[in-house]
Amino acid sequence: MSFIKARSLKFEYIQRDEEGNVDGVLTALDNVDLDIRPGEFVAVLGHNGSGKSTLAKHLNMLLQAEEGTLWVDGKDAMDGANLWDVRKCTGMVFQNPDNQIVASVVEEDVAFGPENLGVPTGEIWKRVHKSLQSVGMEPYRSHSPNKLSGGQKQRVAIAGVMAMEPKCIVLDEPTAMLDPHGRREVLEAMEALNREKKITLILITHYMEEAVHADKAYVMDQGRVVMQGTPREIFSQVDTLQKYRLDVPQMALLAHELRKEGLELPEGILTRQELAEALCRLYGA
Amino acid sequence: MIRDITIGQYYPADSLLHRLDPRVKLMAAACYIVSLFLFRNAAGLAAVTLGLAGMVWLSKVPFRYMVKGLRAILVILAISALFQLFLTPGETLVAFWKLKISREGLVNAAFMVVRLTYLVLGSSLLTLTTTPNQLTDGLEKALSPLGKIHVPVHEVTMMMSIALRFIPILMEETDKIMKAQLARGADFESGSLVKKAKSMLPLLVPLFVSAFRRANDLAMAMEARCYRGGEGRTKMKPLCYHQRDGLAYLAVAGYFAAVLFLRRDL
Repeated sequence: MSFIKARSLKFEYIQRDEEGNVDGVLTALDNVDLDIRPGEFVAVLGHNGSGKSTLAKHLNMLLQAEEGTLWVDGKDAMDGANLWDVRKCTGMVFQNPDNQIVASVVEEDVAFGPENLGVPTGEIWKRVHKSLQSVGMEPYRSHSPNKLSGGQKQRVAIAGVMAMEPKCIVLDEPTAMLDPHGRREVLEAMEALNREKKITLILITHYMEEAVHADKAYVMDQGRVVMQGTPREIFSQVDTLQKYRLDVPQMALLAHELRKEGLELPEGILTRQELAEALCRLYGA
Repeated sequence: MIRDITIGQYYPADSLLHRLDPRVKLMAAACYIVSLFLFRNAAGLAAVTLGLAGMVWLSKVPFRYMVKGLRAILVILAISALFQLFLTPGETLVAFWKLKISREGLVNAAFMVVRLTYLVLGSSLLTLTTTPNQLTDGLEKALSPLGKIHVPVHEVTMMMSIALRFIPILMEETDKIMKAQLARGADFESGSLVKKAKSMLPLLVPLFVSAFRRANDLAMAMEARCYRGGEGRTKMKPLCYHQRDGLAYLAVAGYFAAVLFLRRDL
C-alpha cells in the first residue's frame, strides 16, 4: 500500500503580461509519478527550478495539479473537500526559518498547529512537550525565536509540525539557509523522527550528501522525474548526475574518477569509510 | 537608534505582573494613561509616580532596560517641551528678544515631559510583561462582543501579533540593507532633512519587497499548518481569571480613585 501515490501529475505556471494576456507557460511538473510507502525516507533531488518545490507543495495541497491523480494516505488530493484531512496528515517545513514561525515564544509557536486543529487544551500541552523533546528543543520552550540560531529555529519549525501528529513530513530545502552546524542538527533531528517514530519523511534538497541515508531518491529535472532508485544506485551514475547539473557526494566522485583511471573499485561507494575499505581490499592491506 | 525601541518587546521573567491576566493589564494600562492626563498638581504627580514605580518594581524588568526605550522619543519630548515653555501665556519669568517664559509655561513643560516619559514607560511595561500572543488573546477576548456586529476581531488581533513578531526581524533587515548601501557609498547622515528623507527611499523599497515576500511565505506556512481563521480554534493558554486578577482590578480601581481624588482643588 502506498502512502503517497501520484500518476502523471502536471502543473504549469502561467506568466501574464501587464494586460493579463498569457505571456509564457512554464511547466513545473510534467508527468510526475511517485510511490512512497509509509515510514520511508525519500529524498527528492534537483537543481534550482527543477520543479521539486512545486512537487512538495502538491503533497500538502498548497498547489493543485491540473492533470493527473494524487493520493495521500488513501485520500484524493485532487478533491478540494479533502484539503484539511490531507494537510493534517502531511506537515510541511519550509526553507526560511524566520518566515514560518508565527508566535513570539517557542512553545506558543509549536502550539499553533494543534490550536488550529481544535485540540483540547490539556492535550496541546502534552503534544508541545512531546514534540519539543523529540527535536531536543525542550530547554528553549519559553525563549523568543529571535534569539535562536538558524538550526534551532528550524528544529522548532519541525516540532511545530510534529505537534499536529502527522504521518508524513515534507521538508522543502530545510537546510538551505543554515550553516554546516545547523544543517547537521536539523538532519539528525529529522532522521531520528523517521527512525524512532516511523514518520514518513520527504526531503527536498539540492545537497546530495543529505540524501545518502535515504531509502529512496528521486532526481528531478525540468519538471520531470529523470532518475529514481536507492541513493547508491543513483550516485553510482556520476555522468548522468552531472548532466542534470547536480553535485555528486565527494567520495562517490573520487571513487568514480579512480575507477576511470583503471582501479578496480566496486560500484556504489558513498562514504569515506567505504572507500577506505575498498582501497584496502584492493591492495590487500 | 532603531534597536533601542523597547516597545513591543517581551522581557521574559517570572513576576506577578507577568502572571496577571492580559485583560487586567490592558484595563490597567488604559486607566493609567487616562490618569496621566488627569493629574494637575504635585500630589497627583506623586500618586502617579508611586503607581508607576510600584509597577516597575513588581515587573522585575531592569529599569535601565526600560529607559533605553526613551531615547527614541527624545526629539518629540524636546519639541513638545519647547512649545509648552514658550507658548503658554501667563506671568512672565524670563523674557529675551520676542520669547517669553512664563511660570505656567515652565510648569506645563515639566508636566508634559513627565507625562510623555511616564506614558512610554508605562505602556512599554505592558508589552514587556505580556507576550504578544497573550496581549492579542486578551484583546480578542475583551473585544469579542464586537464580533456580533461583524467586526473581524480574530483577524485583526492575529495581524497584530504577527506584526509584533516581525518588528525585530524587519529591524535587523533594515540594518542589513543600510549597511549594504553604506558599503556602496550611500549617505544617510549628511544634508538637509529633505535630502535625508530622500536618501531613505532606496532603503524602503527593498524593505517593502522583502516584507511582502515574508508575508507570502508566512501565509503559506500558516495554511500548511491548517490555519483557517478563528472558528473552531482552541487555545494552549486559554484566559481565565484567578484570584490575583480580581485583586489587581481592585488595586487599579483604588489607584484611579486616588488620582481623581487628588485632582480636586485644594
